[in-house]
Order: sequence, then C-alpha cells, then structure tokens
Amino acid sequence: MMTTSDHMSAPTAVLRTVVLTVGLLLVGVAGLGVATDGFHAFTTETARRVAVHRNPPAVPATVPLVNQDGVHFTLADLQGKWVLVDFVYTRCMTICTVLGADFAQLERELAEPIAQDRIQLLSISFDLARDTPAELASYLTRFRGAGPGWQAAIPLTDDGLARLEDAFGITVIPDKMGGYTHNAAIHLVDPTGRLVDIFDLGQRDQVRAALQRELAS
Amino acid sequence: MTAQMLVQIPLLLMAGILLVPVIPTRLRARAARWDQGGVSGLVLATLAMAFWMLPRSLDASTTDPLVALAKFLTVPLLIGLPLAFSWPRAGFIVRGVFLTEFVATFFRLGWLYRVSPIRLCNNYGLGDQQRLGNYMLWIGGGLLAWLALKLLAGNFKSLSPSSSPGAPG
Repeated sequence: MMTTSDHMSAPTAVLRTVVLTVGLLLVGVAGLGVATDGFHAFTTETARRVAVHRNPPAVPATVPLVNQDGVHFTLADLQGKWVLVDFVYTRCMTICTVLGADFAQLERELAEPIAQDRIQLLSISFDLARDTPAELASYLTRFRGAGPGWQAAIPLTDDGLARLEDAFGITVIPDKMGGYTHNAAIHLVDPTGRLVDIFDLGQRDQVRAALQRELAS
Repeated sequence: MTAQMLVQIPLLLMAGILLVPVIPTRLRARAARWDQGGVSGLVLATLAMAFWMLPRSLDASTTDPLVALAKFLTVPLLIGLPLAFSWPRAGFIVRGVFLTEFVATFFRLGWLYRVSPIRLCNNYGLGDQQRLGNYMLWIGGGLLAWLALKLLAGNFKSLSPSSSPGAPG
C-alpha cells in the first residue's frame, strides 16, 4: 500500500534507519566487547586466564584426595605453599606427557624452594574409573625418581572431581579411543588457596619466573 | 562442533525465518519504517551472528544451560527473523555486500578451523574442528559458485527487492 504519505515519509525512514542502525552498532559492538573481555578473550581458554587474573577464585579446599602412596589429603593441607597444579590421566600418551615433562623439569629447577617446603607440584587425575594410587605412582616414576616435591592424586568422589574441574576450568571429553581430550595448562595456586595464574604448555620459564618473583617478595 | 554450527544453528535460524508471518502485519509495517533498505535488520542479524561465532559462546552454550537458552531464543529472534524480515527490502548492493561477507566468513572461519593447531573450543576435539573447517570451505565454495552463476547468467531478479522474500544462504 504505497500511498503519498509513504513517499513523503521516506526521508524520515532513512533517518530512523540510520539512528537505529547506529544504535544497534553501538550496543552490538559494546556487547561483543563485554562478551570477549574487551576483544581480548575469544576462546574459553583465554577467558579463564583473564578471569583468574581479574578475580582469583578460591580452589575447593575440602575435596578429599588420595595420593600415589594411598595417603588421604585435601588442598587445605597444602595451604602455606605455592602449589602448581595440572590435570592429567595416567594412560594419556600425548598432552599429559608434555605436562609431565614440564613438571619434571620444574621440579629440578625449583629444587631449592621445594626442599624448603615452599612449593608443591600436584598432578590431579580426572580418570576416576581407571587411575589408582599405584597407577599414579608409576606415572610419577615414568618422569623422575621418587621425591616429595611432586605428588599425584585422584579425587575420591565424582562430585569432588566436578568441583575441582569447575573451579580450575577444566573440560574433559572422552575421545573415541577410550582416552580423553582435555585442556592442558599449569595452574598456580597461592599460599592462601586462590588460583592466581594459568600458564600454557611450554611456558615453563614463565612459571619459574613467576614463582621466583613471588618467593623473593 | 560440526553438528552445532552446521545443523543446530541453521535450524534455529530457519525457525526464526518461519516466524515472520506470525508477526502481525501492522507491527511489521511499523518496524519497516525503521528499516529502510533492510539495513537495520541485516545489521542486527550480523551482530548477533558475530556473537554466536565466538568460540567461547559456542563452548558456553554446551556447558551452561542459561547460555544454551539464550542461543535457542536469540538465534531465531535476532538472526533468522530480522534476516527474513529485512531481506525483501534490501537492494542489490546491500544484498551483494551481505552475501559477499557471508561467503567470506565461511572461508575465513573454515580456513582458521582447518589450520589451527589448538582447539578453539574446550568441548570439542581437534578432529571435529578440522572437519568443520573442511565443510565450511566446501559450503563457502558452493555459495560462491551459486552466486557467480547467478551473476553470470544475468539473473539479477532474485537478488533485487522485487523478488520473493527468500532468505539468503
């Protein structure tokens, strides 16, 4: 129904459209900015790093864990030390091997503060169905000799594991070969039990530098 | 990942397209006065699409029920509906720009997914990501071929506003 008034209102429609479009663009771009932490974090992996820098979350201190020697403990028992945490499963032949090698190297490089009981390395397994203290022990010996500086542990309950995965931002998906695909990183927990930093694989130098800076201060 | 991006989201988008006739004619006529040449609607749809192309949005929609709900609501209402609503009003140039960007996005993302050595979504494996990349390159290629044929054949009618109110892609 093209009437005269429609023709006359065309310039108004253009103006309205311009106003609306500019408004949409402003709101939309601002929204995308918020959704990406200021056009910085486009993936979940980056987002969780940004989030812990901004507001370090407390890690679940009461989740019951058992280590490679069958000793029961919780993250609360490790408070007072800087704790480096990674998430693995012992059958993993890919990414966990890299994480394991990184941890082995860090254990050697940080031997002094570890000996002073100021740093603890902790590998937490998410494979509750298969991993046992014995499996954890052989995982550790695959990378190095026995030493108290690096422990491996499994949560005792599915619920405990879920709480840890949630707090640390770990996503584990089963692959088609009976293994798992999971995001791998080195997590730094401060002596008060807050997750303060997350490092990528291969950022061992940055991990060491961050710890040495913290211990020196 | 492939299922979400190439099946679920397109189906949600189509649901939005089907919603257009449900909107009362008077409301559509009023909205059209704010949508000269279909520009507002296509800009709205583009912004919403940009959001749902963020890997972390897709990731979150598989783990967070609220984000999933937001996806089920916004993909039909903020992408499908405005696309179908504004497309008939869009002129040849607006359609051309939109379709070119649409095709280019398939190539850009497809290439990124194919070559990225890291997983962009924590909920999907690398194999899935690479397969999606391949599919997107094929789809982008197909759309481009269709567009090129249309232009070569001189069949501009379906690319100009006078034609039936079909949706792109």
